[in-house]
Amino acid sequence: MGRYLIRRVLISIVSLIAISMVVFGILAIAPGDPLSGFAQNPNVPPELRAQIRHKMGLDDPIPVQYAKWATSYMRGDWMVSYTSRMPVRDYIMQRLPVTIRISGSAFILGILIAIPIGAISAIKQYSLFDQVATTFAFLGFSIPTFFSGILLIIIFSVKLGWLPFVYDSEVTGFWPNVKQSIMPVFVLGLASAAQLTRFMRASMLEVISQDFVRTARSKGLRERAVVVFHAMRNAMIPVVTIIALQIPELFGGAVITEQIFRIPGIGRALIDGIGSKDVPVVMAITFGIAVLVVVFNVVADLAYALLDPRIRYA
Amino acid sequence: MTQRVDVGPAAAGPRLESTGPVEPAVERATAIDFRTQKQRSLWGNAWRQFRRHKLAMAGLVVFTFMVLATFIGSAIYPQAIDDIDFSASSGSLSREHPMGTDSLGQDILARILWGGRISLAVGIVSAVVALVVGTSVGAVAGFFGGVADSALMRFTDLFISLPQIPLLLVVSFLYRQAFYNYFDKRFGSGVLGVFVLIVFVIGILNWMPTARLVRASFLSTREKEFIEAARSIGASQPSLMFRHILPNVLSPIIVAATLGVGAAIITESALSFLGLGFPSDIPTWGSMLYAAKDRFEIAPQEAIFPGTMIFLTVLSINYIGDGLRDALDPRKTL
Repeated sequence: MGRYLIRRVLISIVSLIAISMVVFGILAIAPGDPLSGFAQNPNVPPELRAQIRHKMGLDDPIPVQYAKWATSYMRGDWMVSYTSRMPVRDYIMQRLPVTIRISGSAFILGILIAIPIGAISAIKQYSLFDQVATTFAFLGFSIPTFFSGILLIIIFSVKLGWLPFVYDSEVTGFWPNVKQSIMPVFVLGLASAAQLTRFMRASMLEVISQDFVRTARSKGLRERAVVVFHAMRNAMIPVVTIIALQIPELFGGAVITEQIFRIPGIGRALIDGIGSKDVPVVMAITFGIAVLVVVFNVVADLAYALLDPRIRYA
Repeated sequence: MTQRVDVGPAAAGPRLESTGPVEPAVERATAIDFRTQKQRSLWGNAWRQFRRHKLAMAGLVVFTFMVLATFIGSAIYPQAIDDIDFSASSGSLSREHPMGTDSLGQDILARILWGGRISLAVGIVSAVVALVVGTSVGAVAGFFGGVADSALMRFTDLFISLPQIPLLLVVSFLYRQAFYNYFDKRFGSGVLGVFVLIVFVIGILNWMPTARLVRASFLSTREKEFIEAARSIGASQPSLMFRHILPNVLSPIIVAATLGVGAAIITESALSFLGLGFPSDIPTWGSMLYAAKDRFEIAPQEAIFPGTMIFLTVLSINYIGDGLRDALDPRKTL
């Protein structure tokens, strides 16, 4: 286990280095030269321009530029955003809480919906409940978030006028904040619920027909105890790993919802950064998501081994 | 890929003929006898099974309708897609404009029909790109094993851990103009350049699940007795890979490719919705949503119709994929 973990971590580090090279390369060889694009950007004051030019060595060959970026990134110096002129680190820290609040609540909502519904669906396979649930999961899985978000806005903001459709980060107070978060949380939450319900149902179906469940029943345990403590506990194992794998995807999904509802979070910062060729911001967010993907891959594997004693990594 | 990929019914059906170039006369005679007995092929069985899946059939009907409507409909439907008429701006549904007009007075139905071609084509072509890359990588890794396998799988793992959405956005934004200009100069069509770029990026970020699937199937199939038999009568390696193994691992690939079309349509629409895909003067379903997104109060139809088209198309593709999964599962046939 220990050796396995060390090997996984080493592989992760190597793949992160490779990913950062790919991302940096894509930005560096892009036509229109976004890395030096700020030279024409009137928003960039001359002293900042000189500082970045010096730090990144924009006249150096690309590998040297990469090495300079990588060393300053490792030192925790993520450079200064070209447009907001803030240190990128502060800029991201300022944007992150909204994204975590919205996406996090959406994810929790999704899990809370998916696990009981998926389990009940599997226990009562082919019942009316199962049919309705699987149909809704299928619909939810097929509707893109940008369309469901637009539909909610048209119904609840434009037609009924119940909810605001532009997220205002200046709003204070609990209730107004809840009100403006309802739609984005639901759009993201229902999308992940649809996916998770299908996994939970499939996993539960597999477990429920196994011998140990029949044994539990024949021991005379109450049905609820069989379902909750014997079947669901085991069905949750693959679902937990899928939940871990989905966490980095939340930030990708946030790009779209934050654009629909104009939430000033990380996804919005990425889109704005791309639009203004703000390389330090784009690089930091993209690479940050890459780190999350790699880290949660390892976490998912470890969780699997911890939860399921049958799994042993050598 | 230079080898012939034989995916026809004969390749996947029960193998009666020898694989050598010369077919003995005796064997041909028995084959004819079989045909008179109305043999049930694997694909016949799959189709019979597929027809029983009502929602999959409904999906097939809807999807066929979408394809016909977008490819033939826009030739028949009289309105132009770029007929700017400010007096008819943001008009709601009328006899002249069945789905209303957008901010420039352009007919929404005409734009949906025309743009649907692009959305559908992007979905299908990028799924094919992902299919070809994924199948090649998976087949080579699974068939040859050893160093080739571990190298290719490391490569696949690297692609899996790439941050997909940010990369998609960055690449299509940064390289869009260059592709547009290059194709405009070279082939006289800048839109083709944007199309190639988007298809390439979506395909190249989505081949990995197919590669893993194909590799796993190849690994298990290459140890089977009938492969040993084919090898012992001297079948060449390409023939083993593409004639003997590939047809037997085709079912999961087909299902994955079908679902890939729907996913690619959503990805393209998302890109265009964010303003980073097709430019807004080229109507695709996603770029129509982009144009509509600040005008929900004035003209909700501008968003509702293209959005519904995306939803219906993806839903029908997903149901077709679901039906195929059931139909191609050999445990369920007969």
